Amino acid sequence: MAALLELEDVTARYGPVQALHGVSLAVDEGQIAAVLGANGAGKTTTLRAISGTVRRDGQLRFAGKRLGRAGPDGVARLGIAHVPEGRGTFAELTVWDNLRLGGYTRRGPLKDDFARIQTYFPWLEERRNQQAGTLSGGEQQMLALARAFMQRSRLMLLDEPSLGLAPLLVTEIFRIVKELNENEGLTVLVVEQNAHIALQLAQTAYVLEVGRVALAGPSAELQQHESVRRSYLGY
Amino acid sequence: MLGLAKRKTAVSTGLSVPVLLLLLAGAIFLVIGSLSSSIFAQQTVAGLAQGAIFGSLALALVLIYRATEVINFAQGELAMATTYIAYQLTLWGVSYWLAFFLTLVIAFALGVVIQVVVIRPVQHSVIAVVIITVGLFILIDGLVTWKWGADLKFMPAPFGNAVYHAGSVAFSRQDLGTLIVTIFSVILLWLLFQFTKLGLAMRAAALRPAAASLVGVRVNRMLALGWGLAAVLGAVSGLMTEPTQFLQPTMMQAILLYAFAAAVLGGLESPAGAVIGGLFIGVFLNLIGQYIGFATPELRLPMAFAVLLLVLLVKPNGLFGRRQVRRV
Repeated sequence: MAALLELEDVTARYGPVQALHGVSLAVDEGQIAAVLGANGAGKTTTLRAISGTVRRDGQLRFAGKRLGRAGPDGVARLGIAHVPEGRGTFAELTVWDNLRLGGYTRRGPLKDDFARIQTYFPWLEERRNQQAGTLSGGEQQMLALARAFMQRSRLMLLDEPSLGLAPLLVTEIFRIVKELNENEGLTVLVVEQNAHIALQLAQTAYVLEVGRVALAGPSAELQQHESVRRSYLGY
Repeated sequence: MLGLAKRKTAVSTGLSVPVLLLLLAGAIFLVIGSLSSSIFAQQTVAGLAQGAIFGSLALALVLIYRATEVINFAQGELAMATTYIAYQLTLWGVSYWLAFFLTLVIAFALGVVIQVVVIRPVQHSVIAVVIITVGLFILIDGLVTWKWGADLKFMPAPFGNAVYHAGSVAFSRQDLGTLIVTIFSVILLWLLFQFTKLGLAMRAAALRPAAASLVGVRVNRMLALGWGLAAVLGAVSGLMTEPTQFLQPTMMQAILLYAFAAAVLGGLESPAGAVIGGLFIGVFLNLIGQYIGFATPELRLPMAFAVLLLVLLVKPNGLFGRRQVRRV
């Protein structure tokens, strides 16, 4: 079976600076895949290349279709939800408007999806008229997940969901990502500094080094790998 | 990059209790004044009509400012040009109100075209956009003068010259009509932004373009729509100005300055602030002109800016400006 998302020799640059030097990876439908690596290795850029928020070259295929020159709105319409660094929250708008924007590309009422996402985030209902910028960091991350869910996308790109959150919250967020993956069939590609938790969550992982995939394989194998242990797990 | 990491979070709605009390006090003052003096009431209504024109042009400025962080200096000239288009339509025998609505459609198209053709290519540079709007000011002014000449032109009166009497107070149909048309268009726009999916997407595109594109909003299209709607509001203000100022290429220049004052007074980011700021300036100028002996018409513009300066000194973000709060 062909993978849901396939990257082949993808390059990307910010002006004169090349950030990706040929990244190849594949994410199967229903899977959680993680991208690990040091700062500046190109993790965030990989997600940006997929969603079209950075200029990229190379082969990108999603559900059998080539992404080609599609920009971020086009990629979103194909069924990829990118939760960027900083969570992409519309801080000035209400929680409910943020969720409505999640469902922007879809027709029809959002009620069913809203009811569904409330089983994961029951607090959304009572906070629906609150300005999103006044939520705590953890709540904003959850709102971002909920918004991405409202997009009814097949693939979610998650950029550093643990950033700036207390460890307990990080565990909670990853538990919910896992649930969304298992119960809703959402495929996830997550970029994460916290290699421990990412390798626990994901079935497959890619380790990036200076814009290239240095290591790839099932998480369980990578966990045992000498250099991964030394560089990212710290033992 | 792309503004995604921009964490400036505006958490206050900008509507503070003192400002609300001040507005309430102002409204009560106007009501009591109007009940006790018929001249006061007449001047208030005329001021509100004038102010509604300032307010609708100010709202156009705010719409563009929120999306591009630039004051569109050509907004007034665009309004003037569209009024000339309405004039041309009436010359061709189109009835006033049909010409009015056709003009709004044309204004919308003009706004969209301007955004797509001359603003979009340079929209990443604020200073370039400013220069373009100044250039548009001169270009539109020149084109209109070339086509229609600089002398006064007259259009049919939209509301007639009737005067209504309520007790001893006389209201001109003209003032009431102006007030109704402008306030109605402002309310329509507000409904669009507040209650439709399209309006929500336009707000999102203006507030956070990068994040908006990630949920599938076609940001450039939304920005172009914003310019179109701003041009429509401008056209309304131009068409409502014509009955009192008559048509001439300079008709909107002073009004643009009042609208600018109104927008800044309201906080530059706040649509409601722009409209209330406009109404305030309109009424203020009329009452001062009536009751303060030395305040001749020459002093209108300086006084409007004195108010502006005062507000900015006391409350730098304007009456409805948001405090910027950072959450890290």
